[in-house]
Amino acid sequence: MKNYLYMLALALPAEIMADWEVNMPRGVTPTSEIAYDIHMLMFWITVVIGILVFGVMIYSIIYHRKSVGHQPAKFHESTKVEIIWTVIPFLILVVCAVPATKALIMMEDTSDAGITLKVTGYQWMWEYEYLEDGVNFFSKIDNESNRARRLNSGQNVNNVDNYLRNVDNVVVLPTDTKVRVLLTASDVIHAWWVPELGGKKDAIPGYVNELWINIKKPGVYRGACAELCGKDHGFMPIVVRAVPKMEYEKWVTLQKDNRVAETKGN
Amino acid sequence: MSANIHDIHDQHHHTPSGLMRWITTTNHKDIGSLYLWFSLVMFFIGGFMALIIRAELFEPGLQLVIPGFFNQMTTMHALIMIFGAVMPAFVGLANWQIPIMIGAPDMALPRLNNWSFWILPFAFTMLLSTLFFDSGGPAAGWTLYPPLSLQGGNSMPFVILSIHLLGISSILGAINVIATILNMRAPGMTLMKMPIFIWTWLITAFLLIAAMPVLAGAITMLLTDRFFGTSFFTASGGGDPVMFQHIFWFFGHPEVYILILPAFGIVSTIIPAFSRKKLFGYDSMVYATASIALLSFIVWAHHMFTVGMPLAGEIFFMLTTMLIAVPTGVKVFNWVATMWKGSMTFETPMLFALAFIILFTIGGFSGLMLAMTPADFQYHDTYFVVAHFHYVLVPGAVFAIIAAVYYWLPKWTGKMYSESLGKLHFWLTTVFVNVTFFPMHFVGLAGMPRRIPDYPVQFADFNAIASVGAFGFGLSQILFVYILYNTLKKDVTADDKVWDGAEGLEWTLSSPPPYHSFEKAPRVE
Repeated sequence: MKNYLYMLALALPAEIMADWEVNMPRGVTPTSEIAYDIHMLMFWITVVIGILVFGVMIYSIIYHRKSVGHQPAKFHESTKVEIIWTVIPFLILVVCAVPATKALIMMEDTSDAGITLKVTGYQWMWEYEYLEDGVNFFSKIDNESNRARRLNSGQNVNNVDNYLRNVDNVVVLPTDTKVRVLLTASDVIHAWWVPELGGKKDAIPGYVNELWINIKKPGVYRGACAELCGKDHGFMPIVVRAVPKMEYEKWVTLQKDNRVAETKGN
Repeated sequence: MSANIHDIHDQHHHTPSGLMRWITTTNHKDIGSLYLWFSLVMFFIGGFMALIIRAELFEPGLQLVIPGFFNQMTTMHALIMIFGAVMPAFVGLANWQIPIMIGAPDMALPRLNNWSFWILPFAFTMLLSTLFFDSGGPAAGWTLYPPLSLQGGNSMPFVILSIHLLGISSILGAINVIATILNMRAPGMTLMKMPIFIWTWLITAFLLIAAMPVLAGAITMLLTDRFFGTSFFTASGGGDPVMFQHIFWFFGHPEVYILILPAFGIVSTIIPAFSRKKLFGYDSMVYATASIALLSFIVWAHHMFTVGMPLAGEIFFMLTTMLIAVPTGVKVFNWVATMWKGSMTFETPMLFALAFIILFTIGGFSGLMLAMTPADFQYHDTYFVVAHFHYVLVPGAVFAIIAAVYYWLPKWTGKMYSESLGKLHFWLTTVFVNVTFFPMHFVGLAGMPRRIPDYPVQFADFNAIASVGAFGFGLSQILFVYILYNTLKKDVTADDKVWDGAEGLEWTLSSPPPYHSFEKAPRVE
């Protein structure tokens, strides 16, 4: 019995965490990791400041109230403390700014990429072009989600596999390779975002933006358009499958063969 | 001046009654009341839209509205709440309070004052009427980013014209505030002796005059892009969609402080009154407010870190944005120092002011996190941002407005509200505001983008909680209306000096104050 309870206690948080995700994912790329680290640094700094400031405030609310007979003090300024609480926050900010600036320089350095993936946003799908490997295709929400998402579709979305997070054509990328992602759009502004692969960038008509990802762990990573792009903005998911390099090359060959077959078929 | 005296003389004898009194009024208190009632109506209309949004988001899947209408609701909710609820409420408070706090008989430009209010009902009627168009209302978000906003239906020119009208109204209001504060202070009230609420409004008025024309320019260019063949913002014609965002946020960031600086002034008035102690660091409060206002003009691009700016730009806007934490921190520390060793009591205005300090600071913390560009690449356009700006606007700006109403209502009406109902309103509002907006931090960090009508099932639980909170918050505000009604129909009169710790000229007047507040200017020592 004791053992069973122990097991339950262990299992419970994991079970809860699955549905009640409360934090940014650490992700699987250098850029997502650094974003997470800066996020947590700032989080803990604000927690400490919050405890100090609210602590003083709550102490004051408890002890410096009229109902406990506290008489008001007369002071209403002190140049010394005012300078102190201007300078100390400034110094804390400098401490935060240094790693953040370093991280930013690292994140914006798209040089020496192994392959280049060009992403074009459309209302409401993505086009992917592998510039070196000559593969390209469109990717949009999968049919099952697309049917279930209609108003009064009568379908229970909880039974749909990866509801709103599945696409018809998955982006395949090699692991341990610096991938330069070029972003643009053909109609309105979109933003390409897979949280576990790091931050987002806008895909803007007339612009080519860039970001880089280097996926350390094979797996399937899901994201979505993050810039309001019209009525189906909520329905243009992104799925990236990261595979080892060898497998990626096989996939590229397969894609090319399929295309040759398709052209011949026509 | 002689015309002014004639006016005063005139109104003593035959003030129109009924509806015409309100349409023709040039009295600062009447106009203040009109602004405040108008803002309350808009608060409920905008709130109703928020509840449609939260009802749809209660569970995954689309149950109530189609995505296009959902986008109209998010767009309209923001426009109504910013331009219809919060800004008019602050102008209403300015109208009521500035003359009676600086010892003036009325605002400097009473007819302009009348006009700047009466523009609003027409502007909002036009804005709201677009929802009944066949092609629907605006659906590109309140930021109206092109090219998406250029795709909109027939609503677009109506929306732009109504925003122009709102801008005119704000600028006229701001001119009036500046003219009144600079010219009509009681003898002896030097700038550095002004009540802090007056200071924050003076700075806000300058922000309005600087920022609103920028918005007017941006939306006029949108209009000509759509109807007159220009391509300021269309890439295919050689224009630049990102340019709109720069211009918009050059207005938009000062606008954020337009929505919060008067709130700082209110809280800086209420905390000393109920701590029975003078405001700590008055001078540094003034300087902090002014530096926040100046900084607001050099941080705009932090709203658009993901558009692909050059590295130097990203670093510049990150550092300037972080800098805002310093003067804002000074304010929070000064409020806490004002409470320190005071003799506090906790009437309803004080409760709302205290909740403001804590919850606004939480919004400030998430703001500091958002300032960090590397992390912002993850936060941007997620519910984390939604949580952040609702924390600074609802338990921030809105709580300050509610606190101000409870604080000055007995002065305005001569009647005391029910303290126990006020406290009940406070606790309901505070609990539900957190139930609504705190879970949004979590879903945002976990990866839920904003402005989506439907979401993957892993975000379901927190969204359900937020929706329950939103309905609780909305229903709690009906209690607020009941409290107002209940106060107005009472015949228990309030003292002239309602709060024993309150300071300022307004408490030397009767409750309610005479029609022409100070016919003889008081002397301030």
